[in-house]
Amino acid sequence: MSEDGYVIEADNLTKYFEMGDIEVQALRGVSFKIKRGEVVSIMGPSGSGKSTLMNILGCLDVPTSGEYILDGESVSHLSDDQLSDIRNRKVGFVFQSFNLLPRISALQNVILPLRYAGTNKLRERATKALTEVGLGDRMNHRPNELSGGQQQRVAIARALITEPAIIMADEPTGNLDSRSGEEIMELLLNLNKESGTTLIIVTHSPDVAAMTGRVIRLRDGLLEGAL
Amino acid sequence: MNLWQHFIESMESLMGNKLRSGLTILGIVIGVGSVISMLAIGQGATASVTSSIQSIGSNLLYVSQGGGQGVVNPKPLTLLDAQALIDPVNAPDVLAAVGTLQSRATVSAAGATTNASVVATTADYVTVRSLTVQEGEFLTTTQVSGRSASVVLGSGIADTLFGTETGLVGQTIRVQNIPFIIVGVLKSMGGGGLGSQDNQIIIPLTTAQSRLIRRGDSTRIDQILVQATAAGTVSAAQEEVTNILRTRHATRVGADDFNILSQQDLLSTATSVTGTLTLLLGGIGGISLVVGGIGIMNIMLVSVTERTREIGLRKALGAHKWDIRLQFLMESSVLSVFGGLIGVAVAAGVSKVVANIAASSGTVFNPVIGLDSVLLATLFSAAVGLFFGMYQANRASNLEPVEALRYE
Repeated sequence: MSEDGYVIEADNLTKYFEMGDIEVQALRGVSFKIKRGEVVSIMGPSGSGKSTLMNILGCLDVPTSGEYILDGESVSHLSDDQLSDIRNRKVGFVFQSFNLLPRISALQNVILPLRYAGTNKLRERATKALTEVGLGDRMNHRPNELSGGQQQRVAIARALITEPAIIMADEPTGNLDSRSGEEIMELLLNLNKESGTTLIIVTHSPDVAAMTGRVIRLRDGLLEGAL
Repeated sequence: MNLWQHFIESMESLMGNKLRSGLTILGIVIGVGSVISMLAIGQGATASVTSSIQSIGSNLLYVSQGGGQGVVNPKPLTLLDAQALIDPVNAPDVLAAVGTLQSRATVSAAGATTNASVVATTADYVTVRSLTVQEGEFLTTTQVSGRSASVVLGSGIADTLFGTETGLVGQTIRVQNIPFIIVGVLKSMGGGGLGSQDNQIIIPLTTAQSRLIRRGDSTRIDQILVQATAAGTVSAAQEEVTNILRTRHATRVGADDFNILSQQDLLSTATSVTGTLTLLLGGIGGISLVVGGIGIMNIMLVSVTERTREIGLRKALGAHKWDIRLQFLMESSVLSVFGGLIGVAVAAGVSKVVANIAASSGTVFNPVIGLDSVLLATLFSAAVGLFFGMYQANRASNLEPVEALRYE
């Protein structure tokens, strides 16, 4: 944990992609900091570099240049397997399309990250996480036996279980009707309040963004206002 | 994750896709099963044909009257010809020689009548043809020289006439209305392809010559069966028999008035036929094994493609490359090992069924499941599973999580 209370420090991040002969500049120097326990939303139109930034913040990808410090650890130059470990310990993902494994129960889905972490008391901890998101009675159902809102709750429980430094939510309400969407947002915000986990939400929706403490807007690979 | 957890996970994933896993295993089962059972059936067929040819008697030469063009004044075979072949000096490789007359006759007893093939011969016939007497005894030299009205029944004839094969010694049957006393009953020889030997009766040659089978010349016989001393001396024996008969019949060079057919000729023809058969069956089985292996490759290909998102997710949740690689490798190994094991069991079942069908139609036929074919087939299927599994597992483990998660 960094001394100054920042969980994310991004310094002049750039990301270039080679698409055939053309070099696409998805990020062109983005710097910001996020405090521990903050709730931040990232907004921007398609092609603004929003997804690229989220991938880098979630350690799914590394920046072309610049420095990214997550929870006090520099992660800009790690190998694939080292990135896997960082993701496992420090990042919890919530995806727009839930991304649960369809063949196994909710409980087993929640246990999955702990399997890769090699910890004990899998079942106990997964049960606790599922109870926290309000699914204590549906643990042994498979994802296709659950509603969209319930599936997203399972995904949130899976993100929580490793007690990560940040939770990255990519359009968490995008596939849900408005009522379930509100419930999911409520749940995420409550978890943030109770456990102090930093919450980063990538969204198109102004309503969702309005519920967060701070909005980072991207346009053409740069922070809006930085132009 | 440790190996055991990977095993559990791969089992969970295979069980979650029961139909597909089952069908993939089925491919391997059919492949392994057909290779093993086909080879077993082939080997069983070879053994069965070989033993049925050998059951006629071992190391035999068949000498019969006949010959090609240019034969002048052909002489029939006689009992003296047969006796002349037993000659330690000129024919050291001949163990025994018996002359036979063969005919068909009406046989009756206790009101039952049937048609039987009659073999008239001498006492050595029983050893030359490897016959076994189940009750009583075979014709003796005394009976043969004394023109005795004695008869030995084949088991089939005994069944037809009396409905039993036991307690018949001493009873009388009529052959062409001439009464004969039963001295022995032969044991059944089984199907024995070349004309059933169970439907014959055997009487002394001399009796037949004087009372039953008229051939004009009363010393004439139809065939001489020559037994060589060993399998390796059959051709030497054939040479010696040819020389003796040429001398006795004073034939011109290149115009023999007799034919010699060796049992070895029959056996080697049959063995080469069944060998080809085994190869053919094994080849067909081998093709299905390859198809089964390609099935595993196919399924693993589909499985990796279909689960690209799952792989991305697992990586996002902290899976290392090795975790992904092991997961897919484990799945393909489990498929091929289970398929191989079930295949061996299926092959055993198929062989049993084939043996039963053969037995119910009266042929003794035992498919032989060789350890070598079991090892060959299962190792091959395991290797196929690992090889194609490894390729796909590597492909999966090298997927970029960002790309994989975006995959639709």
